[in-house]
Amino acid sequence: MNIESYFMEATYLVASILFILSLKGMSHPETARRGMFMAEAGMFAAIVGTLVGQHIVTWVWIISGLALGSIIGGWMAVTVPMTAMPQRTALSHAFGALAAALVGVGEFLVHASEMGVVTRGALGLEVMLGALTTTGSLIAAGKLQGVIGGKPIQFRGQNAVNLLIGVGMLGSFVFFWIHPEAVAVFYIMLGLAFVFGVMLVIPIGSADMPVVMSLLNSYAGLAAAATGFVLGNNVLIIAGTLDGFSGFILSVLMCKAMNRSITNVLFGGFGAVIAEASGDSDGVMREISLDDAAMQLAFASRVVFVPGYGLATAQAQHAVRELAELLEGRGVTVKYAIHPVAGRMPGHMNVLLAEANVPYAALYEMEQINPEFVSTDVAVVIGANDVVNPDARDNPKSLIAGMPILEVDRARSVIVLKRGQGRGFSGLENPLFFKACTTMLYGDARSSLSHLAKAVQQV
Amino acid sequence: MNPAVLIASVYVFALAAFLGYQVISRVPPLLHTPLMSATNAISGISLIGSLVLAGGGHSPLFAHLLGFVAVTAATINVVGGFGITDRMLKMFAKRLPAKNAAVNE
Repeated sequence: MNIESYFMEATYLVASILFILSLKGMSHPETARRGMFMAEAGMFAAIVGTLVGQHIVTWVWIISGLALGSIIGGWMAVTVPMTAMPQRTALSHAFGALAAALVGVGEFLVHASEMGVVTRGALGLEVMLGALTTTGSLIAAGKLQGVIGGKPIQFRGQNAVNLLIGVGMLGSFVFFWIHPEAVAVFYIMLGLAFVFGVMLVIPIGSADMPVVMSLLNSYAGLAAAATGFVLGNNVLIIAGTLDGFSGFILSVLMCKAMNRSITNVLFGGFGAVIAEASGDSDGVMREISLDDAAMQLAFASRVVFVPGYGLATAQAQHAVRELAELLEGRGVTVKYAIHPVAGRMPGHMNVLLAEANVPYAALYEMEQINPEFVSTDVAVVIGANDVVNPDARDNPKSLIAGMPILEVDRARSVIVLKRGQGRGFSGLENPLFFKACTTMLYGDARSSLSHLAKAVQQV
Repeated sequence: MNPAVLIASVYVFALAAFLGYQVISRVPPLLHTPLMSATNAISGISLIGSLVLAGGGHSPLFAHLLGFVAVTAATINVVGGFGITDRMLKMFAKRLPAKNAAVNE
């Protein structure tokens, strides 16, 4: 080994350590940014180390790739709005997985003849995972952006077709593993993996996106880790595994927050079946006027805002913060209750509210806030539905039975901001809306909130 | 890949998985979106594999082209991922405004 190679390996070791430290920094908002600087330094070191230590003969592709990627990446980093964060993240899963898959194909082109059994197995996994994550993430991004309809796309015999494609893909993988000379089979596997990625995500509805995003995150990471096995490169294995496990942990958390299994999310096609509603919707929804709602809020001592995805679609983050500040000015204690699957990706709602200058200390997780609803004067539900549906807790026959909810129905009074009288995304009836303590304020969330703020000022 | 290297790699994988589990389960839900975007940027480390494919010797032109696309995709992830993570974390780093802190006494 020459001195350049030692230098390269040293930068890889430094990068690995810095990556781990950076994720450790993520355990608190105060230290998270410093952690990211460490990760950036580690990445920079690893890139420099690679360029020094590897036998680079042509620079033109490298430089143009780095330049083009930096321009696109930089442009995305500056311009993407926080509401579009799920799409952006899905796209970046696609890019990461695509890079892994292409490196795999390249390795196959250049070194296929000299590969051992283990390397070939890792290569197959890398290409397969990379390819299916690429197309799967693109579909997810399309659904989140609204290019493709958010409703699940399903047809008769879908699971059978998917099974066939999956088996075909795995079969070609095994065949290629045993018979390396079968070049065609490698490309068949690649093609089937691309198709499988599409088929895997099209039957999944928008509301399940937090789980899908986390799963794709996990696959993209594992593809990078498999690349590490192919190239015999430890920093790739470490970074890929960290990414893979982070995605895996998030998928488990998201599934728990919806009380569903991963298989159910992937193959259940939630939202396609409209189950019989709980039926006891004998009550009526009572409407409340703006002035009455403002009065309630102004004279409350504890108010909890419960934002759902409807808040994001109405772009009402700033309006809710303005109202909250007015109330705080009157001495009202204001908190925000965040359900784990509020929004379209894990933690999405927190980011949206932070962007609107809501201090993170006012954002409460489900477990923290649930015991406090009993002593809450007014709970304001903004564009949330299933996550506050008491049926999940009380009605074992409900489609969402057992899903942990924000128990707003225990508050003294509840004001629900809602676009109209229709049902939410899942099509389920929500008994919360018919309770005696609940009143409805219809209309666009943003204009309702800013009108409320005006009315509160005049109280 | 000889057996000794394979075994070492499996060790690295297993230890990284264990460590990752320990570290990441301490990340609060508040930061889950930045976490996902950060780990994404970090896994853009596949850039170093792409660099070798794009610029290494003895490869057919097609491999260089694949390498170029891979470098571009991975760089988008690294630059875009770190950039956007930092933008999010900057928002979270804001402390309570002074007047709110006073009211909340």
